[in-house]
This record gives sequence, structure tokens and C-alpha cells, in this order.
Amino acid sequence: MVPFNLLLLACLGYVVFLFLIAFLVERRAERRRIAWLSSPLIYTLSLSIYCTAWTFYGAVGYAVRSGLEFVTIYLGPTLVFVGWWWMLRKLVRIGKTQRVTSIADMISARYGKSNAIGVIVTLLAVCAITPYIALQLQSISLSFAVFAATPSAEGLVLPDLGDTAIWVAAGLAIFTILFGTRRLDAKEQHHGVVIAIAVEAVVKLLALIAVGVFVVWGVAGGPADIYARIIANESPDWEVLPGRWAGLTFLAAVAIVTLPRMFQVLVVENADERHLATASWAFPLYLFLISLFVMPIAVVGLDILPEGMNPDLFVLLVPLALGQDELAMLAFLGGFSAATSMVIVAAIALATMASNHIVVPLWLQLRGPEASGDMRSLVLNARRLSILAVLCFGYVYYRVTGGGEALAAMGLIAFVGMAQTLPALMGALFWRGANRIGAGAGLVVGLVVWLYTLFLPSFGPDVLLSAQLMQEGLFGIGWLRPQALYGVEIADPLLHSLFWSLALNTFAFCIGSVLTFPTPLERVQGAQFVNVFDIQTGTRGWSRGAGEAEDLLVMAQRILGATEAQGFFQAEAMAQGKAGYLPDTTPDFLDRLERRLAGSVGSATAHAMIAQIVGGSMVSVEDLMAVANETAQIMEYSSQLEAKSEELARTARQLREANEMLQKLSVQKDAFLSQISHELRTPMTSIRAFSEILKEAGDLPPEDASRYAGIIQDEAIRLTRLLDDLLDLSVLEAGRVQLKIEDSTLRTLIDRALVASGSVAPHRSFTIDRDAAAEDIALRTDIGRLAQVFINVLSNARKYCDAERPRMDIHVREAGGMVTVDFVDNGSGIPKKSQALIFEKFARLTDQMQAGGAGLGLAICREIMHNLGGEISYVPGQGGAAFRVSFPAVLPGEITEGTASDDEARAVAQAG
Amino acid sequence: MGKHVLVIEDEPNIVAAITFILRRDGWQVSSHASGSDAMQVIRDAAPDLLILDVMLPGRSGYDILRELRGDPATADLPVLMLTAKGQSRDRQMAEAFGASRFMSKPFSNTEVLASVRELVDT
Repeated sequence: MVPFNLLLLACLGYVVFLFLIAFLVERRAERRRIAWLSSPLIYTLSLSIYCTAWTFYGAVGYAVRSGLEFVTIYLGPTLVFVGWWWMLRKLVRIGKTQRVTSIADMISARYGKSNAIGVIVTLLAVCAITPYIALQLQSISLSFAVFAATPSAEGLVLPDLGDTAIWVAAGLAIFTILFGTRRLDAKEQHHGVVIAIAVEAVVKLLALIAVGVFVVWGVAGGPADIYARIIANESPDWEVLPGRWAGLTFLAAVAIVTLPRMFQVLVVENADERHLATASWAFPLYLFLISLFVMPIAVVGLDILPEGMNPDLFVLLVPLALGQDELAMLAFLGGFSAATSMVIVAAIALATMASNHIVVPLWLQLRGPEASGDMRSLVLNARRLSILAVLCFGYVYYRVTGGGEALAAMGLIAFVGMAQTLPALMGALFWRGANRIGAGAGLVVGLVVWLYTLFLPSFGPDVLLSAQLMQEGLFGIGWLRPQALYGVEIADPLLHSLFWSLALNTFAFCIGSVLTFPTPLERVQGAQFVNVFDIQTGTRGWSRGAGEAEDLLVMAQRILGATEAQGFFQAEAMAQGKAGYLPDTTPDFLDRLERRLAGSVGSATAHAMIAQIVGGSMVSVEDLMAVANETAQIMEYSSQLEAKSEELARTARQLREANEMLQKLSVQKDAFLSQISHELRTPMTSIRAFSEILKEAGDLPPEDASRYAGIIQDEAIRLTRLLDDLLDLSVLEAGRVQLKIEDSTLRTLIDRALVASGSVAPHRSFTIDRDAAAEDIALRTDIGRLAQVFINVLSNARKYCDAERPRMDIHVREAGGMVTVDFVDNGSGIPKKSQALIFEKFARLTDQMQAGGAGLGLAICREIMHNLGGEISYVPGQGGAAFRVSFPAVLPGEITEGTASDDEARAVAQAG
Repeated sequence: MGKHVLVIEDEPNIVAAITFILRRDGWQVSSHASGSDAMQVIRDAAPDLLILDVMLPGRSGYDILRELRGDPATADLPVLMLTAKGQSRDRQMAEAFGASRFMSKPFSNTEVLASVRELVDT
């Protein structure tokens, strides 16, 4: 027999060892040297908190009572990890993108960040998990009792060790508070706790395997002998009941996801989504190993131990009975590990829920948002108090029920309780139509049915529910009997409760969701959850800018702490290209801030706190449209990707072309400026030279002086004209010209142009050949501008036509509202190489009669014709210079008053 | 009889101004307005100094300058280049092609006179 004090010492030593490991790991984590910590192996081991003391001790008891049925508890999770791996991945992905802190937070976040939903789930979890924690305390007390027991005639007399339980509860509270509430951001993860439970996972597995190996090869004669003993011990209770098997497997499968502690390690503590891939085979392997020796220990226990021993303690009793004290001690530590790790993580998970969904919202309600002070200490203290409260509840439950119930039954009651979150959780993941009314209704209905049909009756008749009520139903109504609702007798109360609670829960959830409309925020969140793998954008739940960045920073500092909050704000500001600590309050920034805060206080509280500063969240019509369109968008996504890469190539090409165009334009602009410089400097040269001559040479003959002054005057006029032309051209090119629409006929117009152009080279006599009848066309256009073009063309002919007997043919045609006028002279025409150039600015072909124009005339003509909806072109091969002017006879627009005299004078000057 | 200056320039008023300034200072001045046949005119006139515009009808002043420098008979002829563009690039080109002096329009009369005196004396 192991001395009880030695056992206590070993136990204390083990606890100190765990504290030390957790402490060292936290230290390393603070220095960011934790790469090995976030390995898939650690993740898988931490998942093993699924195997509690119930698994460790209870599975053997279960096997003794019901044969292989205990396998269902492992079968469910195995099926989930192997077959529903993608669902877990979705859960983890959502948990990361939304910075979820607990299962209550997850469900609350999905259903419009409704705190009411969070409160319901929290209450449900507290109700369900408290007995479960009591179960762990009981198992630790029992195992202590085994060692303290005194052998007597009737076997072992177990002393009442209620005091042990309170010490255990206190120790666990200290550990959990120390390592579970060091930091605020749940997303920062509890490395110390995780590593401690990983160590405990190894200890409990090794312990059970050691006992198993001892039993199979040390006590029995190997596997064959074990098999023979199993057959010999088979009892009628071991019969496989298909209904119960299916129900329990389903229940265990649900539990692996919905139990708060499982959600904590599976989703919240997950460091890398890829770890799930390893866990999908390694965790089932762990379950297989830990269940491998359950049956052998059970049958060997039945064979060698006296009748009437508690089968839940066979793991300890078998080695003790055979004098294997060290093995018994190891088994004890294994069971101790299993119990403590479960309690620690469950307490953290429940405390997070309680503080985020109940304590902090209440505090904000009472004190108002303006209350100053560090929110962090409030939240952390709330969590510490919650941990104490959870463990107190567990202890009280243990004392009240007296630990009379068999261990396994208490575990299953908790399973059914947490299973009530399943419809809401699955709806969150897969059903966009699910809404908070449905989720709330389902949860409440499920909670009530579970309490009434399973939880309250579990205390036994006349403890909480009277025996009469159990027999006759509520208010004596037969079909309200807790264990036979609607008169349907399902022999097994557990299956009865599971069936009715989940059926009514799902029914209420679906009806509620179908009959009511989700809020805009729910729609957005729904799309975020259901399409988490397809949507990369943020929630876009905020509208721009009502909130002051400074107020937000003050608030964030209270929750995240000054350094952390300032770092976050500074990084955000830098990302926006701003210096300092105050980024613009863009919707994206608010969204990221909300998620950051959600990691500390939960999504509902974070949303409420930001809403108080920013002034309410706005889900815009565009956001909703985006949500509505997402399904279609996803279908088009791949084709869009292709189109996008094509579009990119096209854009690159366009950019290249635009760049070339800009370079060409730049060259043209340089050339144009250079030409303007030339055209301005030339007249100025004469003006300066002659003005200096006039000034210096006093002895100038009067006729010379007057001639030189005339030159100065001419050149000054030339300069002025040049500037006028440039202005005219720029106005025409920019399309800002004011057209003066008038009524006239083509004949009048040509008459005017001929008269005006006659002043150019008046010494030359031109023969004009025209068809007066054809020219009888009514015009409604800018007659002045059109005359300017005609005059320019005619003046050019008078200047440059090099025929001895110059003549000008004017042909007129009209077709379809377009008038075409050809001006053809009998000179040598324009050389082919110059034909393309003549309409360009400063494209003066000859240098005779420079004073006539600056080489802008035809460029201006071209711009005028564009403005009149027509064009001017050079027609080669007409036996001389031939210009074709075509334009619509009627230009749409109002008739305006005014004269064309300015234009005429200008045209004569420009010609050239 | 002063030394002979040939002005190749297409703007008649500028030619008139330069002619007046130089003649008053005792130079013999002749002029030509086209670029295409300028080389022949220069060879025939064999001036002591050439005033050459850049933008000439028919042929660029730079072109003419390059041909002058390539011909041993005219390689040493002092050439005063005139240009109305006045950009530094033009000055660089003129120097590269061997212009003795470069002036941008509008110029001051005294400057032209001083340049002509300097170029012919040296």
C-alpha cells in the first residue's frame, strides 16, 4: 500500500512540475521563442482534454456495465475528425477571421453580434459544464480515497474526502487564474496552459497504457487469454443496442465541437489551420490508443477483484490489489492529469464567456461608456471571479449531489446540454437564412427541454423534481412527463431527452429563421461565415468617419493597454500613409479595430463599444447588394480571374501606348515651343535693331528714319497677329469657341470671301471660274468662321499660285446635307511630301512674303472645320493646288447676332 | 574700302538692319536670302566674314557650316551664326559644327558690331 503522504507528495510534486513548465513556456512565449510550441503535435495533444477523468476511470466502469458501448464515446470524435475535417477547418477559419473567443462568441457574432444569444449560450454552458466539473472533482476525491482506504472485511472502506475536493478545487483555481488570465486577448493564446495540458495528455496516455500492458501480459496470458476472459465475462447488459449506439456516437460527435473546452482548444487556441490536417489522423490515433486497454482492464478487474467494487476505480484497484504500487501511483497521476486539464480549460472557456457576455456588458450598462479606467483589469478580474465561481459551482454541485451518480451518466448529461448549440452553430456555418430569432428560439427551447427531461431528473426523484411530477407529468398532464414527452415512451431517458431536445430545438430554429427577417448586420455576418473561404473582404459594417480617431484610441487603450493600442493605431496610420497615431476612421480600419477588440472582450461588446463612439453601425445598401451578389460572384470568380489577367495585359499595353503618346506629345510640344520662339524672335529682332538705329543715329535722313519706323510698325503688327492666331488656335483646339450661327447662302459667302481675299497681292489678276446656280445653297452655320476658311484658301492661292495666268476654279456640290466646295488653282500645286504637312502648325512651305502670316492659317482652318462639323483637305492630282472644304449646310444650334468682320480681317492676315 | 561681310538671312528686315549697322561702320555688305544655293554664293563672293542664319529656306545653316568647314578653302572663314531659337542645344550644335561665334535673336546692334570686328581682326 502506498503511504497516503507519499501520494500527496507525488501529487504536489507533479503539480509543481506543471506550474514550472507552464511558467517557463510563458516566459519563452514572451520572448517570442515559441516556434516548437505551435507544432501540430502539441495541438493534437491539447485536443486530448476530450479524454477527461470520465474517460480515464469511467470508461472501464462503462465497459464493465455495458460492454463495448464505451467505444461510441471515441467513435463520434473519430468520425468528425476523419470525415468532417472540412467542417472543422471552416470553424477554425471563421474563428480566426472573426477573432472568436468562445463558442458563445462565435454564435453571437454570427447572429448579428447579439449579446442576448451570447448570454443564452453562456447560461447553457454553465448549466451543462458545472456537473461535468463536479464529476472531475469527484473522480480526484475518489482516487485519493482509494489510497487512504483501510482494508476491511467487506473490502475497501472509502473515507469521506470532501475536504480533498475543496483543496483540489482551490489548487485548480489558482493554476487557472495564474496561467489562464495572464493576458487579455484570448487570441494571444494560453501557451503555458496548452503546454501543461499537452504534458498531461502524455501522462494519462502512458499511465493507461502501462496499466493495460501490465494487465494483458503481467496478469493475463496475453491477448488470447484476454479474449477468453471477455467471452467468459459477457453479461446480458453487454448487448449492443443499435439505437443507443447511434445516439451516443452522434452525441460524442457533437460534443467534440460544442463542448466549451473543446471549442477552446480546437478553435481559440489553434495557432495554424494546417495543424488540423495532422490532428485529423493523430487525434483518432490517440483515442484508439487510450481506448485499447479499457476492455482488458475491465475483465481482469472483474476476475481478480472482489464482487461489489466500484468498476470506475478498476484502473487504480487492479494494480493496488496486485501490489504494483508504482503502477498505481502512475495510474493515479494519469487520472489526476485527465481531471485537472479538463477543469482548467473548461474554467477558462466558461470564464471567458461569462466575463465577455455577462459581466462586461452589465458593467458597461451600469457605468456607461464614458466611465474611465483601465478596462483590462476589469475584464481580467471578471474572468478571475468567473473562474472561482465556476469551480465553486462545481464543488457545490458535487457536495449537493453527494457524488452518488455514476460518472458516465453525468458526462453524457453535459454532452446533451451542449448539443443544444448544434443547430445554431451549423446554421451559422452553412445556412445564410438562419437568423438570431431562430437561433434564440432554438437555444431556449433546447435548453428548457434538456433541463426538464434530463438535467433536473438527474438529481434523482424528490431532489429538484418531485417523484409525483416524474410519474404524472407537469400539472398532472400525462404527456408532459419528463421522461415520456407526448406519451412517447423511449426506454432510455438519455436518448429520450436527446431526441426531443434536439428535435424541438431544430424545429424552433428553422421556423424562427424562416418566419422572421435577419437584420442587415446578420446578413453581412451570415455571408462572412458561410462563405468564409471565398470572401476575402472585411465586414464593411461601418460607415466612414463620424467617430474621432482620438476617442477610439482612448477606448482601445483601456481594453488593449496603452502600448498595444498605440502600436496598432500607429501601424494602421502608417498603412494609410499617415504619420502619428491617429489613422482616418475608414470603415476598413473600424472593422479591423473591432476584430482586435473582439479578441479581448468578444464581438458583441466590441461592436457595442465602437458603435457608442462612431454612432451606430451602418450597413449600407451596397453592402447588402454585395452580399446578395456574392453567390453569383463566386460562380463567376474563375472566369473573372481569367478576364482579369487579360485585362491586366490590356492595361499594361494601354499604359505603354499612353506613355509613347505622351513622349511623342512632349516632343511635339518642344518643337511647337521652339517654333513659337522662332516666330516671336524674328520680328522682335527687326524691331530691336531698328529701334536702336533710330535712337543712336541722330544724323539719319528723314526718309530713312520714316522707312525704319514703318518696318518697326509692320513687325509689331506681325507680332500681334501671331499672338492673335495662337490664341485663336488654342481656343479652337480646346473646342471652347463660341460659334455664331447665321443664315446665309453659299453664293453670298463665296462673294464675300473673294472680295476680302482680293486685298492680298492686289497686283495679280485672277480668273475666277464658278457656277452661280450650284452655289444657291442655303446655309445655317457660323458664316464668319466659314468665310475665314474660304478667305484663307483664296488668299493662299493669290500668294502662292505660280501660274503666269492664274485662275481659280470653285466647284460646289451638295449631297445628304453635306456641302463640298473645291478650290482648284492652276499653279504647280503642293509637292507630295509636303501635302501631309500643310495643315500642321508653322508648316510654311515657302519663305516668300513672310510678313503675310506665321504658318498657322491652314492649321486654324482645320480646327474651324472641325468645330463646324466638317473638314478641310488637300486633293492631289487636280492640276494645281486643290483644297476641298466640306461641311453640313445646317449646323444644329441657336442663331446668334453678330458680325463676321473680325474673322474676315483675320483670315486675310493668316493666309499663308 | 572695308572688309567684305556676306549676310545669309531670309528675313529682309533683318538683312536691312545688319546691312545698315555694318555699312555705317565702314564694312562692305552683301546679302543672300536662300539656303539652297548659299555655298555657291559664298565661294563666289569669298567674304572676310560670314553672317549665317540657321533657319534658311532650302537648306539649314548648320548644313552649310559643316560643308564650309569641310572645304579647305573656307575652313578658316570666320562665321557668325544667328538663330531665332535661342535654346542652349542650338548653341551647342553651332559650336560643334565650328561656328566662330553664336548669337541669338534679337541681338543688340553694338554686340553684332563688336563681334564682327573681333572675328575679322583675329
